Amino acid sequence: MAGARRIGRVTGTVDAVVVGAGHSGLAMSRALAAHGVEHVVLERGEIANAWRHERWDSLRLLTPNWQSRLPGYRYSGADPDGYMTAAEVVDFIDGYARFVGAPVRTGTTVTKLRAVDSGYVVETDRGAWRCRAAVLASGAHGVPVVPDAAARLPASVRTLRYNEYRNPSELDWGRVLVVGSSASGLQLADEIRRSGRKVTIAVGEHIRMPRLYRGRDIQWWLDAVGILDERYDEVDDIVRARRVPSPQLVGSPERRTLDLNALTEKGVNIVGRLVGVDGNRLQFSGSLANHCAMADLKLNRMLERIDRWVDEHRVGDLVSAPERLAPTRVEAAPRLVHDVAKEPIATVIFATGLRPDYSWLELPAVDAKGRLRHDGGVVEPGLYALGLNFMRRRKSSYMHGAEDDVHDLCEHLVHHLHATKSSTTTADGSRARVGR
Amino acid sequence: MNVTAIKIDNGVNVEALLGARAALTEAPAAAHFKWRATCDWVRGTHSRTTVEGFYGLGAEQSRGKSFRYDADHPEVFASEDKGATPVEFVLAALASCLTAGIAAVAQNRNIQLRSVKATLEGGMDLQGILGIDSDVRNGFDGIKVVFKIDADATRDEIRALVAQSQRRSAVFDIVTNPTNVAVEVA
Repeated sequence: MAGARRIGRVTGTVDAVVVGAGHSGLAMSRALAAHGVEHVVLERGEIANAWRHERWDSLRLLTPNWQSRLPGYRYSGADPDGYMTAAEVVDFIDGYARFVGAPVRTGTTVTKLRAVDSGYVVETDRGAWRCRAAVLASGAHGVPVVPDAAARLPASVRTLRYNEYRNPSELDWGRVLVVGSSASGLQLADEIRRSGRKVTIAVGEHIRMPRLYRGRDIQWWLDAVGILDERYDEVDDIVRARRVPSPQLVGSPERRTLDLNALTEKGVNIVGRLVGVDGNRLQFSGSLANHCAMADLKLNRMLERIDRWVDEHRVGDLVSAPERLAPTRVEAAPRLVHDVAKEPIATVIFATGLRPDYSWLELPAVDAKGRLRHDGGVVEPGLYALGLNFMRRRKSSYMHGAEDDVHDLCEHLVHHLHATKSSTTTADGSRARVGR
Repeated sequence: MNVTAIKIDNGVNVEALLGARAALTEAPAAAHFKWRATCDWVRGTHSRTTVEGFYGLGAEQSRGKSFRYDADHPEVFASEDKGATPVEFVLAALASCLTAGIAAVAQNRNIQLRSVKATLEGGMDLQGILGIDSDVRNGFDGIKVVFKIDADATRDEIRALVAQSQRRSAVFDIVTNPTNVAVEVA
């Protein structure tokens, strides 16, 4: 991707640069335009690039269509309770980009962002931009996170990051080990098992959720009860809350629940976390029972909270009766070792999450573990993030979570521009060319 | 956990623990600890382990005292039974680590404990250590821990305490996950 052009050539000067033309970058573009802030949106590929190129074929959103909403824009199709396919998400975000009329520069990869006296310089493979504020909206899902054990897997095993996986037919015919127990891990294990392949899934900490509860989508409850609106400065331990994996959900036309019990019924072998590789022996943690017990307890606390909300709002007549899921079934002695010399594994897929890539940030804004330091999305006055896990609210990483975060951070950004008014921009934003 | 007026006291200084956590987040080098033990052979299968100082917070730490533990094998192994067997020390370590964790988590969650009793059992097939069957491992084929806890909390809150204590336990991690062990001759 890196262009041969010399960096340092200034393509333009704007008040703000937004990095990434996904849903949150576009939502920020709309808000900036409304405030008359001159800006560009730089996109390494196309609009909604990750949804076009880095998702497996069968993936659907974990949230129902009625929840697919962005500032000024919402799903208006015939199936509000359905779940968008990746292609439908691309169409939806494309539609939003047209609606917003965002000044997007596609095919423009940001290579560096550094601070200068008057703000920032954003270098790209197509020249540099000067700006007084920048918004990092390149997504929470940049580079795969893979456990150390991956590097020691025997050569006979093919390894796939889950952003490289497309569908089961691309896999060799042989046992597949899926590492990871969030939504993606369970979905891949389920789909690959349905293809007839033998599947083992390595399970660590996870969040168990039914698709429907008391007759409604679980996302409806999380929204209604206020769980999704909980703020980053209200929870006990935000560092831990930001690490919580995505809930075990699947968006399927039949609105089914996908949990470990469902996988067990289909004959998927469930083992603990992949913690070591010793020659041909893959080693799994003995902590599986505790991880499942924790997820069950956590699930029941959430369902109790929903039931209390129903009672307090006296709406019990409008929904079906409370129910509890059967505890997660764990074998008395789950397998601790899988010897691939005795029982080959054709493919190991790491569905162990993705983290944002900040290697291009030339600022002391990233901690020793590569995580962005920020206070509710404010890295420093003038520099903002969007779309990260539990960034300002529990819903921050969801599409419908963009609206409130964009509102708050745009306000902060505009205030910062006014407070540091420079000669390059008029206060009333008359040079702005965006918005309609 | 709606307790505000009643003073919860499990004898755990949670403020100090949370303070240490905050301090070590800022100074990760100080978080590197080295735990030590020395062991002298006495006679037969009888040995005596001594635990004294350790390294942590960037310096050698002295307790100003030492602890001694005799280990041996029981008479059915033709030994003199001068102390618990080493594998029973593993059970002791696991039980005390989980129990300490329960007290700390309970304190942090404002749950008053009245009694906590752990009962442990580790199964072992001696065909492993005796070299009779190479498919049988030397160590435990499984460990069962049963906690009996009397506390001002619901059953699910108590189960959550026990779960969280496993999640944060060093010995639970040591027992459930592989560890590289380097044994040398000095």
